[in-house]
Amino acid sequence: MTDLALLGRGISLSYGRRPILDAVDLEVRRGEVLALVGPNGAGKSTLLSVLAGDLQPDDGEVLLDGRPLTTWKLREMARRRAVLTQEHRISFPFPAADVVRMGRSPWRGRPEEDEDDLVVAEAMHSTDIDELAGQSFGLLSGGEKGRTSFARVLAQKTGILLLDEPTAALDIGHQEGLLGRARTEARAGAAVVVVLHDLTLAAAWADRIALLHRGRVTAEGRAAEVFTAPLLSLVYDHPIDVIVHPATEELLVLPDRRSVVSREETVL
Amino acid sequence: MTATLSSSTSHDRHVKTEVTDSTAARMEQRRRRRTMVLYAGLIVGLVVATLVSSGSGQLQIPLDEMLGSIAHRLGLDIGPMPSHPQGEYTLWNVRFSRIAMAVIVGGSLAVAGAAMQGVFGNPLAEPSVVGVSSGAAVAAGAAIVFGLRFAGDWSIPVCAFVGGLVTTLLVYALSRSEGRTEVVTLVLTGIAVNAVAGALLALLMFLGDTQARESIVFWQLGSLNGSRWPYVWVVAPLAVVGVVISLLCARSLDLLSLGERSARHLGVNVERLRIILIVVVALLTAAAVSFCGIVAFVGLVVPHLVRMITGPGHRTLLTACLLAGALVLICADTVARTFVAYTDLPLGMLTSLVGGPFFFWLLRRTRKTAGGWA
Repeated sequence: MTDLALLGRGISLSYGRRPILDAVDLEVRRGEVLALVGPNGAGKSTLLSVLAGDLQPDDGEVLLDGRPLTTWKLREMARRRAVLTQEHRISFPFPAADVVRMGRSPWRGRPEEDEDDLVVAEAMHSTDIDELAGQSFGLLSGGEKGRTSFARVLAQKTGILLLDEPTAALDIGHQEGLLGRARTEARAGAAVVVVLHDLTLAAAWADRIALLHRGRVTAEGRAAEVFTAPLLSLVYDHPIDVIVHPATEELLVLPDRRSVVSREETVL
Repeated sequence: MTATLSSSTSHDRHVKTEVTDSTAARMEQRRRRRTMVLYAGLIVGLVVATLVSSGSGQLQIPLDEMLGSIAHRLGLDIGPMPSHPQGEYTLWNVRFSRIAMAVIVGGSLAVAGAAMQGVFGNPLAEPSVVGVSSGAAVAAGAAIVFGLRFAGDWSIPVCAFVGGLVTTLLVYALSRSEGRTEVVTLVLTGIAVNAVAGALLALLMFLGDTQARESIVFWQLGSLNGSRWPYVWVVAPLAVVGVVISLLCARSLDLLSLGERSARHLGVNVERLRIILIVVVALLTAAAVSFCGIVAFVGLVVPHLVRMITGPGHRTLLTACLLAGALVLICADTVARTFVAYTDLPLGMLTSLVGGPFFFWLLRRTRKTAGGWA
């Protein structure tokens, strides 16, 4: 198996006349966490949906392990890649433990099925939802739902993880925990794609970053290469400062509020 | 948190995993025990209801005579035969066939309701609420009025199936947006479809002769009166096929409750599942409606009560619905034909009398728990 898990070539997609993705090329490699970042409407979630096979691009194609997505059977594909969506819905009051166990369904009737109980227990423990096991998924808080869905995705035991804003409703501790777990998976050989809004989080946990802007990949590389104040300020259309943490040397991405304040002062 | 996720000691993880295992296992065990008790209760209930129902009516047949009659049919010379000259005939050609029809109709409607709720992702979906029953009724009514006999005894069921299928597809297409069905849209679509179907039925009655008119009226009221064995044999295969297919789809229905996207990510062919189940719902509704007319709300009340006991997992839900639906309809029909002496009350009227308020309560509760009409 090559280290190339997913390959997007010349992906273009538009809704009506509005172009969302414009000839995007993207490589998703095993063993690394790839963060997709960019302002609202840049096409991050759409790109993830295309990689997941939910949306058919107008142009271009996606290869999963070297084969076009369209030639894969859904169940085979479900054993290769798992997807965490932004929304966590449920139509009936299934308890959280059952929801996590649903992640095992692609393995039914295969030898891996024997590991179901262990895998589910481990996934629930590592996402800190042991206590929620018997509670109805629909009545959980946003963050608890997010963690339960992440546990379901982990229980699917796939070599590719596509996570759409997994940290959105999580507190700071669980954000760290989730992305730490994503990195652990990557170190164990998984390919992880994660859409993030928090650039400091992206800088801390991603091995590679793709910055999207108006449907194109504007910059791609390590955090130190992509996250420069002038580029981010331009892309986000807002003054942004990038500083290095004095003790840990991590990158901190912050809005630069000085210019906004001074602008307000001049108006006054 | 970081500690528990990435660098917890193996000892810690081992202990915690065991704890999770046992709570999950306990939960599972409790659920399994409850389900077994439910199955056992339903089966006992079915046997008792069958015996009570077949013994009661204008012609009372005591239990020992009934059991004796059954034993003789099985070739065993035990117990007394029915003492009334008409007893044997009534038992085998009127009562038992009627009970068999009640089992088919009740089981079909309850399973159809549960399957429909699964596909629509909405606990308020039900064949009569959304108008599928009336759609099937219009087509079957047309068969009566125009004397369609293209398929012999099967003509009415075939028409009912086609009518039900067209209506289900219509409702499905009309009431969904962005992969889900909102309660308001569903209920309003049901009102519209029921209105049109009601108008078409009225037209059919206007066009038909007195006899056709009378049979349509009775049929709208819903009744198991006159359920003879030939009718039972016509609808039984439809019901069996429908029930078997929905049971085969049970696991996919569980996954579908996560939403279409997530279900697809877990390997479910959502489009195919949807079409299969829509056909199944039409099939089951046709089985129920063909000879007995519109018996409303069974598909709503039964799955809901069962879900409260078994939880939402579709494998147990559908199986228990089959049994519970049959039991409910045997009981309801016994009441319908014995409550007032020498009259056969319309069964559909009885189920609506109970089901209507229940639907209302469910609607209010759904609004409260969902925090809106979504």
